[in-house]
Amino acid sequence: MDTSTQFRRHKHSDVPFFVFLGSLSGCFVLLIVLLLAADILFTSPAAFRDALSKPEIQAALRLTLLSCTASAILSLWVATPLGYVLARFKFPGRWIIDTLVDIPIVLPPLVLGLSLLILFHLKIGEWQLEAWLRDRLGFPVTYRWPAVILAQFSVACAFAVRTMRVTFDQINPRYEDVARTLGCTRGQAFWQIALPQAWRGMITAATLAWARSLGEFGPILVFAGATRMRTEVLSTSVFLELSVGQLDAAVAVSLMMVVMAVLVLLLLRFVGSGLQA
Amino acid sequence: MIELRQVSIRLGQFSLQNLSLRIEAGEYAVLMGKTGQGKTTILETICGLRPVASGSVWLRGTDITHWSPADRQVGYVPQDLALFPTLRVRQQLEFALRLRNWAKPAMDERVAELSNVLGIGHLLDRRIQGLSGGESQRVALGRALAIRPAVLLLDEPLSALDQATRQEMHDWLRKVRQTTGVTTLHVTHNAEEADALADRRLMIDNSGAILG
Repeated sequence: MDTSTQFRRHKHSDVPFFVFLGSLSGCFVLLIVLLLAADILFTSPAAFRDALSKPEIQAALRLTLLSCTASAILSLWVATPLGYVLARFKFPGRWIIDTLVDIPIVLPPLVLGLSLLILFHLKIGEWQLEAWLRDRLGFPVTYRWPAVILAQFSVACAFAVRTMRVTFDQINPRYEDVARTLGCTRGQAFWQIALPQAWRGMITAATLAWARSLGEFGPILVFAGATRMRTEVLSTSVFLELSVGQLDAAVAVSLMMVVMAVLVLLLLRFVGSGLQA
Repeated sequence: MIELRQVSIRLGQFSLQNLSLRIEAGEYAVLMGKTGQGKTTILETICGLRPVASGSVWLRGTDITHWSPADRQVGYVPQDLALFPTLRVRQQLEFALRLRNWAKPAMDERVAELSNVLGIGHLLDRRIQGLSGGESQRVALGRALAIRPAVLLLDEPLSALDQATRQEMHDWLRKVRQTTGVTTLHVTHNAEEADALADRRLMIDNSGAILG
């Protein structure tokens, strides 16, 4: 019996699928590339140099670097224990804490800034947090540099907590159990066993917090203001330069932020390659 | 030496009721039973990693039901070994000794002793990631034995090994027992393993009772 007519090759091509994937994904990648290219084409090296030589921009750059670093360190300081608690322990109300921690991620940035402002200026009887900090401790916050850090920290820390929670979720708790049978207290098991395994996650969390702080604008504007040479960071510089019609300077500062963000994201990718988040 | 008196354990949906067990000093007992019947939970309860709902746990004639795992001085080798990923073999063996502030010469002597008994002297400076299954088993055993515990708990320690390595590990476990005289509770599915090592076989039945 001749089977050649029954056994024929039906061509199955993967090409349409790859075209579909490529075209949809490519649209977004192309959009980002075009945005960056437009910024680069809009400005010139001279305009970039001029913008960077302005004392206000230099002060903003300094405050940005300092505040982002402070915010990242604070975020990591809080996120590491909180991420560990959420990953390791079951206790009544854990879901409430889990939800609360995510609120800064989903809250509109302006609302967060407004909430910070209200918190510091709410009068409880005759007592007010801002007045107490200013008069008793000599440490006013609102519309000053600490407000910049606090505004950045409020959002950045939420991202750091998520990262640290994933990190500790991925570390087998059995290591700490065995360490405890060998003589560790829970604290020693955390410091000696869990934490050394979490270093990649910690670097990722700090980097992410730094990058989030760099891009923060809304809460800073509301809570710290945008006073030149005092509470101006790069994101507010873009706003201030735009508001006075200095488009060249605004684009130059934007490009500077793009370069900083790319550097941070490259670091994140490099470190995060070992963290299967 | 190891005694559970009417112990009940509740872990979510899972529970064990009125469990009683006694293993004499120096005895090598092998606990067998189907998967999901609570063999690992029993070991973890003796270690202090799982709370007891009622009843009591005794080690060396002392009621340790409410002692922390750190205070019980039990050697525990879990099924996945849980060798610490950031430490080298020597540091694994020294881990419990450092926690007890042993002096360096005493620690070196103990590590040499363990390495000799377990044949892992050539591995001391290695990272654990490159060790074979049998080598990892012996390092985990060494880590658990470092403080000379009176009780050794082994949770299916040979289940991931091939037949030849398993036979080899039987010899190492016999040697450990001969050298240390440690009271051992060894959990396994493998009847051959039980035949090769056990003084006494215990069986956990469907109702959670221990027979043997």
